[in-house]
Amino acid sequence: MTRSFDLFDTLIGKETDDDYGKKPVIVQGITGSFGSTHTRLMKSYGTNILAGVTPGKGGQQFDGIPIYNSMAEAVEKTGAKISAIFVPAPFFLNAATEALDSDIKLVVAIPEHVPILDSIKVTEYAISNDARIIGPNTPGIVVPETMKVGIMPAQPFKSGDIVVFSRSGTLMYELAYNLTLSNYGQKLCLGIGGDPINGTNLIECFEMIREKDDIRGVVVVGEIGGDAEERLAEYIINTGFSKPVVGYIAGRSAPKEKRMGHAGAIVYGQYGSAESKITSLSKANVPVAKTPSDVPLILSKKIKKG
Amino acid sequence: MRLLEYQGKELFRQYQIPTPKSYVAYSLNDAKKLSSKLEYPFMIKSQVAVGGRGKAGAIVKCNSAEELDIKFVELMQKKIKGEISQAILLEEAVDIKKEIYISLFLNRGKRCYSLICSTQGGVDIEDLGDNNKVIIDVPVNGMSYHIAAEAADKLHIVGDNIVAKSFMDFVMNLSKLVLEKEAELGEINPAVVLENGSLLALDAKLIIDDNALFRHPELKKYESISQPEAQAKKSGFSFVELDGDIAIIGNGAGLVMSTLDMVYDKGGKPGCFLDFGGSATSETIYESLKVISKIKRIKSILINLFGGIVKTTLVAEGIINAYKDNIIEIPVFARITGAEAEKAKEMLKNSKAKMYDSVEESIESLLSASFSRIKDK
Repeated sequence: MTRSFDLFDTLIGKETDDDYGKKPVIVQGITGSFGSTHTRLMKSYGTNILAGVTPGKGGQQFDGIPIYNSMAEAVEKTGAKISAIFVPAPFFLNAATEALDSDIKLVVAIPEHVPILDSIKVTEYAISNDARIIGPNTPGIVVPETMKVGIMPAQPFKSGDIVVFSRSGTLMYELAYNLTLSNYGQKLCLGIGGDPINGTNLIECFEMIREKDDIRGVVVVGEIGGDAEERLAEYIINTGFSKPVVGYIAGRSAPKEKRMGHAGAIVYGQYGSAESKITSLSKANVPVAKTPSDVPLILSKKIKKG
Repeated sequence: MRLLEYQGKELFRQYQIPTPKSYVAYSLNDAKKLSSKLEYPFMIKSQVAVGGRGKAGAIVKCNSAEELDIKFVELMQKKIKGEISQAILLEEAVDIKKEIYISLFLNRGKRCYSLICSTQGGVDIEDLGDNNKVIIDVPVNGMSYHIAAEAADKLHIVGDNIVAKSFMDFVMNLSKLVLEKEAELGEINPAVVLENGSLLALDAKLIIDDNALFRHPELKKYESISQPEAQAKKSGFSFVELDGDIAIIGNGAGLVMSTLDMVYDKGGKPGCFLDFGGSATSETIYESLKVISKIKRIKSILINLFGGIVKTTLVAEGIINAYKDNIIEIPVFARITGAEAEKAKEMLKNSKAKMYDSVEESIESLLSASFSRIKDK
């Protein structure tokens, strides 16, 4: 695990920086229907998108944003350290490798249906380059009211001091919306992705915020499949993670051996079951809410207790 | 995609993992013809994609032609953990001296594979204590004879004998198969040790990464999906059929799962899970209702749609069109947040669909409506 990576530094910078909250971002696959729609939405949210990449369309523009043929060129022109990938899954491996080769430090990987082996390869490569992959199959990252790199809607989020980490996209919106309604604004909401392999897993997410004094509480949205929540619980216990954490786990009623929409949401025997996750989190003193709307109440109790 | 035993064994043979002599039968006639190639007694094995087939009565010994007639038909009709067999495998009976467990599975947390072996095969690996199994993490493309030898050593399958050699070959060939075909799991449970010391794979479990199937056209033939599943897939939806009578539809896998849990907690029985993904238009709603309409059990529909980018009036339009075209007649209970929600509510006013502000309200209305429907009968 690389300790030198600071997500907030890379994503928004320090408040004293001239370009605080305006770090340049490149969109890979900017001319596709998905990429173009969300480029507009990100831009109107405040994200400083300085370039797009679509091989063969270099020299053109999209909404005033210059398009380049390669990442090397786009990075050279913009100095960006962040890229958002919107290419179809079979092209993800190449797109991400190109980004990492061009010294991108934060890759937000939107595509769903990326093969597992490709995700593992890209993640290994990112780690060796001291870079980070968020996703794949993620809605992205939002720093409410400042910027977003991803496909989330704007309405659910409000600026504040809670952090949400989620394996699910819409549930992240739902949870943030419930927090917002209860006046718990968010410092950061990050989708780790619904796949079996996450470029950045829950433990790595917690590592990134552990020393941040301006974060008052954490909401972690898990779901059936794998053992990410169990490992997180162990991490919380072993490292004495001290911020208040509240959990929510989706899929308690899902049948075994059925893939519930996400590639990663599948239970084999006890491996990946909701009970196993809820039990582990409870041991780590992380209460697990039964419904999304219960989360703010549990969080407020947890924060009061300290 | 989880392969059936006989499909897994086809791949095993391609990768030099020996299996007992076996033949697939789809009817009693097939079975009768194929039985001449085997000697009685032989085993007949239900081809269902569930674990613990032995205990569930899915594997039966046939001692004679008369027994085959009766037992084959019984097995063909038998539900194994809710699943009906798609085929029956006729397989030579093997004299079991010792059983070994070998698997290679994707370790999601560590982003590598884990090799798990045990000299107590034949049982569920979860039931084995830590003392009885060896677990070695293997980087992608990092399997070597050295690792296979380490596993053999730890299991005390040592020396220059046939068992050790055969075991290491099994580990190497299974790894090659798992990596080349991009499987999440390859499991041989059990591999049996024969009199001469060589190994034979008695069962095969392979789960292939669905997202990598585009690189493996040779595996397409193993895909088997039900009609509603096929239709859902064509529209780009995720769909899982369940056994209740309430269809749960929404945008996003996590959200639909969460809705499923809430319905279940209130005593409702979900009949299917349908996630139509990020982009909700009147067409996607219309198409998803079309998929639901094919399942006769379904008596009511719950839609939980967390909008934002989605326009709620378009969703309402899709529902109204589905009623108009007689795609569905059953009631829809919907929670749709997002732009123009009040207008969408107004649009649905004179239809069989009702829109609510919270998911809790829509679930309660759905359940009280369905309870009163049961009472009326």
